[in-house]
Amino acid sequence: MSAVGRFLGRFALPVYGVLAFVFLLIPIAYTIVFSFNQVRRTNIAWRGFTLDNWTNVCDDPTVCQSFANSIVVGVVATVLATALGTAIAIALVRFRFRFRSGTTLLLFLPMASPEVVLGAGLAAEFLTAGVPKGIGTVILAHTMFCISFVVTTVRARVAGLDPALEEAGRDLYASPGQVWWRITFPLLLPGIVAAALLSFALSFDDFIITNFNSGSFMTFPKYIYIASARGIPPQANVIASAVFFIALIVVVVSQLTTAARRKRLARG
Amino acid sequence: MAFGAFATTAAQSQAEDAPRRRSWVALVLLLPGIAYLALFFLVPLVSLVLTSFNAPGPSGAMGDYVPGFEWSNYVTVVSMYGEHIIRSFLYALLATAFALLFSYPLAYLLGVRLRRFPLVQALGVTLVIAPFFISFLLRTLAWKAILSDEGPVSTALHALSLLGSDDHITGTPFSVVFGLTYNFIPFMTLPIYTSLERLDLRYVEAGGDLYAGPVQTFLRVTLPLSLPGVVSGSLLTFIPAAGDYVNASSTFLGGTGTQMVGNVIEANFLSLQNYPAAAAMSIILMAIILVLVGVYVARSGTKDLV
Repeated sequence: MSAVGRFLGRFALPVYGVLAFVFLLIPIAYTIVFSFNQVRRTNIAWRGFTLDNWTNVCDDPTVCQSFANSIVVGVVATVLATALGTAIAIALVRFRFRFRSGTTLLLFLPMASPEVVLGAGLAAEFLTAGVPKGIGTVILAHTMFCISFVVTTVRARVAGLDPALEEAGRDLYASPGQVWWRITFPLLLPGIVAAALLSFALSFDDFIITNFNSGSFMTFPKYIYIASARGIPPQANVIASAVFFIALIVVVVSQLTTAARRKRLARG
Repeated sequence: MAFGAFATTAAQSQAEDAPRRRSWVALVLLLPGIAYLALFFLVPLVSLVLTSFNAPGPSGAMGDYVPGFEWSNYVTVVSMYGEHIIRSFLYALLATAFALLFSYPLAYLLGVRLRRFPLVQALGVTLVIAPFFISFLLRTLAWKAILSDEGPVSTALHALSLLGSDDHITGTPFSVVFGLTYNFIPFMTLPIYTSLERLDLRYVEAGGDLYAGPVQTFLRVTLPLSLPGVVSGSLLTFIPAAGDYVNASSTFLGGTGTQMVGNVIEANFLSLQNYPAAAAMSIILMAIILVLVGVYVARSGTKDLV
């Protein structure tokens, strides 16, 4: 192989990787940069740097209201989906029952269905049943599509749990409640937290299913969709950028703690 | 990712030893969640099927429909929107192919070449999922601004005369496929990365020891071993791309000639209130996806998906 060939073989992939990451980050950088733009009517052309949009986030009250709505929906749907999904995950690993494969299929199908079908289906159901659309129907819908992801995430954790730890608890005369709260639950907690974070992220960014089932109720993504026709206010960029940085910090912190725990275990 | 987690053998063997007499506990754990999914996933699907056969109501008013058995609804939507159905699957297929071409080298870099540098690897994975942290709609609008007539890309291409003065980038099939590809890249990269990260490099060395060239080793060893990741990545990209209507919407990257099935369902359900047409289109979309996914999974030979 020629020297040029060897050079390419060695560095082509890293160079490609850097370019690929730049490509992936372009729209993120764009959104963040334009949260600092001086805006007159539209936020398309760059007019100069300002912090006004960050200090006056709630100048456009609908942006803040829709953001608050998204948080409420995300928290309630996450709590419901995490509770229902964790119970299913434990049952799937720990118990033998009939309709097991049917249950697995029922959990798989919502993840394999296009969102527009899930959204239209729920909307058709609510329409037939005469249920008015609003925050309630949005929470019901979000809980539904989060359950499968919770089960998938928590199930792996339950399967990795050593049953001997719970047996030891029972041998020491712990009641079933004590075994659950003092042994099983703390050991499952990292999986449950990961599942809850995933649920919240899915709920917070969902647009398609929400659009079919929200009526006049406004979530943050729905606000952006409607505002996109006449131009997005820079306050929307501010909120999205803030959420981006918070999510990034959460991920980095969780990765660092995992790394630290692994190091501690390796040493001990 | 999500798809691979359904193949747990450890879970199954544990369940074999599980005590049977406490099955009422299993029932208590399962019943609320399963009932929830039955009520808000299965019943809606049945509800869609029923709605798709509805007939116009006696008043003839907009949105007024009565239960019926109108097979003709399906004939009507296929003749009206056949073009949209073909376009959706074509766009989704192209986006899946481009996302695969983009993701495989990146996943290989992260999962194999960067294995000796765990911190860089973790940083890389975080960067791949970083687009998830910013609103899907704002990301797409950012691309719209960048690719728009006043944006840097169009200006540069006009200056180089590569783009005629009447040509646009946004509002074309190109920008829709571009948007779909960009938005679903992380769904493709992560499962492939997961497969490649678990790849035992001794197999690759063995290929070299047996006088296979780098290309042959890749095609006969690395690629087959990473196939489960490629299959789940393709499904995780293809399914949402086929049903997407944000990218193709004319206020985002699409135009009048790029409408997909999702746009048809949205317009019929939410604006025209033609619920039977929207329901029939949903059933058609779901049916085609299930058939395509079934064939793809069967042909790629990875049975451990469900």
